[in-house]
Amino acid sequence: MQRGMLLLPLWAWLLLLVAAPVLILVVMAFATPADGVPPFTLGLRFAAFAMLVDDFYYAEALLAALRVAATTAGLCLLIAYPMALGMAGVRPAWRLPLLALLMLPFWTGFLLRLGAWIGLLRDEGLINHLLRGLGITDAPLALLYTEGAMLAGMVHAYLPFAVLPIFTALIRLDSALLEAAADLGARPARVFFSVTLPLTLPAAAAGFLLVFIPAAGEFVIPELLGPPEAQVIGRVLWQEFFQSRDWPLAAALALVLLALLILPVRWFQRLGARA
Amino acid sequence: MKPGGLVRAVMLAGFLFLWLPILLLVGFAFSADRIPFQWGGFSLRWFGALAANERLLEAAFLSLRIATASATLAVLAGGGMAFVLARFGPFRGRALFGTLIGAPLVLPEVVIGLSLLLLFVALEALIGWPAGRGAVTILLAHAGFGAAYVAVVVQARLAEADRSLEEAAMDLGATPFIAFRTITLPLITPALIAGWLLAFTLSLDDVVVASFVSGPAGTTLPIALFSMLRLGLTPEVNALGALVVLVVGSMLALATWLLGRRCA
Amino acid sequence: MLIATALEKRFGAVRALAGLDLAINSGAFFALLGGSGSGKSSLLRVLAGFEAPDAGALTLDGQDLLCVPPWARPINMMFQSYALFPHMNVAENIAYGLKRAGLAQEERRSRVTAVLDLVGLKGLEARKPQQLSGGQKQRVALARSLVMRPRLLLLDEPMAALDAGLRERTGLELRALQRKTGAAFIMVTHDQQEALALADRIAVLEAGRVAQIGPPQEVYARPATRFVARFLGAANVLEGRMRDGVFESAEAGGVVASGLPVETIAIALRAEQIRLTSAGEVPYVTGILEDAAFRGDNWLLIIRLRGGVSLRLVHNAPPPAPGSAVGVAWGAGAVVPLFA
Repeated sequence: MQRGMLLLPLWAWLLLLVAAPVLILVVMAFATPADGVPPFTLGLRFAAFAMLVDDFYYAEALLAALRVAATTAGLCLLIAYPMALGMAGVRPAWRLPLLALLMLPFWTGFLLRLGAWIGLLRDEGLINHLLRGLGITDAPLALLYTEGAMLAGMVHAYLPFAVLPIFTALIRLDSALLEAAADLGARPARVFFSVTLPLTLPAAAAGFLLVFIPAAGEFVIPELLGPPEAQVIGRVLWQEFFQSRDWPLAAALALVLLALLILPVRWFQRLGARA
Repeated sequence: MKPGGLVRAVMLAGFLFLWLPILLLVGFAFSADRIPFQWGGFSLRWFGALAANERLLEAAFLSLRIATASATLAVLAGGGMAFVLARFGPFRGRALFGTLIGAPLVLPEVVIGLSLLLLFVALEALIGWPAGRGAVTILLAHAGFGAAYVAVVVQARLAEADRSLEEAAMDLGATPFIAFRTITLPLITPALIAGWLLAFTLSLDDVVVASFVSGPAGTTLPIALFSMLRLGLTPEVNALGALVVLVVGSMLALATWLLGRRCA
Repeated sequence: MLIATALEKRFGAVRALAGLDLAINSGAFFALLGGSGSGKSSLLRVLAGFEAPDAGALTLDGQDLLCVPPWARPINMMFQSYALFPHMNVAENIAYGLKRAGLAQEERRSRVTAVLDLVGLKGLEARKPQQLSGGQKQRVALARSLVMRPRLLLLDEPMAALDAGLRERTGLELRALQRKTGAAFIMVTHDQQEALALADRIAVLEAGRVAQIGPPQEVYARPATRFVARFLGAANVLEGRMRDGVFESAEAGGVVASGLPVETIAIALRAEQIRLTSAGEVPYVTGILEDAAFRGDNWLLIIRLRGGVSLRLVHNAPPPAPGSAVGVAWGAGAVVPLFA
């Protein structure tokens, strides 16, 4: 059948590159770490999962990741909603340029932008240089390798993704609804709180999740900007894999992270289906 | 409804927050000072240093080659997936099909990286390919998640394209394949291009997945940059940033201007 | 020429086609009339080949059509949304089917020019669909189908998107085109004026099957069922039964007709065929004038009869005041017996 010709290679692709890796992850979580290349032997070992339960370090890593992700998503939402409102309120001719202005940072390289933050926040960085130059401080403030630096980097990286769904929902809003509310006696602030906000709430939730879900597994920003104590799950997984060479443990961590994200992901998919 | 002054102020602050670090990065690329982000007079020496940095240049070319190849592969696969989702009726396993397509979008990078590496290790043990890890494995990994993004973009475009256009073509004597080639394809070409650019950028930007699936010879630009940034900052990074921003910025400006003209 | 037998089509719980039978002759202008949910659009899509029926047969000159895919059927369709290809200009749109059929460029060019002339759009070859008015788009869609010289042309609500003023004129042009080209036209519409005015034969569809089929005047004058009587011209339907040779209707308030077949279960009376009785005349039924609406060239009166039912009556002079008692009568030929 004609359709089979298209479906077959696509199924092969998906099973090989998406399904098989996850299944192998499960197999690996039960393997035994060993010396040699590759550093494991297959088997049925529960110690990896036992370690996750026994050692509170891993639970803390998960909680830390969720905390950072929620904070980042919350901060993003706080800034993104007004930004989207502002962008939706400009003349239609300005919308596309503003959208380009919003998305351009995304296209210029994730790591380079982090480099900019490092340049700003390090002891010999721009901010400290200015503070010293203006006589406000004598010794450099420890701005880099702090939780604040990490959050600044996270928000900077994820902000555009929080703005997009809210912006889209706002411009799709039927202006007749707003006019009807005004006609029935509502003042602008009332119109916003009783019509605009409720109708864009799903989009705001989508924006939150669009940030929260990837941020929960974030590794690079905590590693480059955050303090050594910020042991979020992404960092822990990396360390267990690259430094401790404990592949089964890393796999077990990955599975737990996946399990944790199932609920937010399902919620996000339902929001998308409703839109 | 015109937004109030406070909203406007926050919007401006937001854009400033996004752009100030980038503009400073670009600006200080022209500083002669050896200490990054400090002004030591105007100079182009760091662009020169960048051009002389063989390691970085090699990494950059490798990244560009991988990004181009994986984006192209991603468009072929993702485009096909989008077409199936948007135009095929129900078929066996359709729910699973859709879930697998969307999975890379929601999986954390570290999980994608780890699981793909394990896949390549297993494949090598089973059939001897891929032999070792390097450019090929990075390419496959990037195509793997790039396809998911392409599928989203193209499916959105297909969903809003009028199906009766394809039916009209078939009514006039076109087989489904010819209808696709002469009617559907021209209409989704902008989405395919946008998908390609998206997959290209994601590949060029990726450090986590590449680190997991790469090998000794597969040092991509993000991997090289990452190890540099871990140790500290050098002005070459500024120069690189300036180059990227200027190139991408002008391309985006051009695209925006072109799109704006068409709609007018 | 085209024969559909016992077509069945379900969409989930909805039975779009419920045992539909139809026969279309070549060279005829045929109208499929029905409300939403009547199955007319589903039938059209089955004829074009975009839906396969769950059961039933479809033959063209004796050949089974169901195993032939849409691109191989000698049937063309004009879509309700026109479905003009936005990335091609008018000439390319019209030439699309010819190109698929393998015609040479010269031949294509001459046929396109000829058909543009036929529909009155000469000179617009280079325009893009976005630059055309609604009426022009409709003609391009028509031309694109006609240039294929199909045996059968399907039209899906062709006038639905046009302004009221344009509709009448376009309809007559459509009929002239049909006569000129000699192809069979099957037009789907919900607009009964259109169907009555343009078609050689009408099929009235109800809930997935044909309620009545025949020439427009016959279907209008002799509706076969209550549904057809109400749908075409909103006739008054009075329920009742035959007893001792007379038709008694409780809701009308008594005996209203006589000499009808004994199976008659209701009668239809067209609003323009009943009249108010003048002073001294004996009415057939009596009631109160509830409402009167001025319609330009006549008045529409709503009269509530003694038995409770309301009658629609067309009156050619200013009516009495609402609330007055009135009597209604009609000529012998106005009564149509209904058996279903």
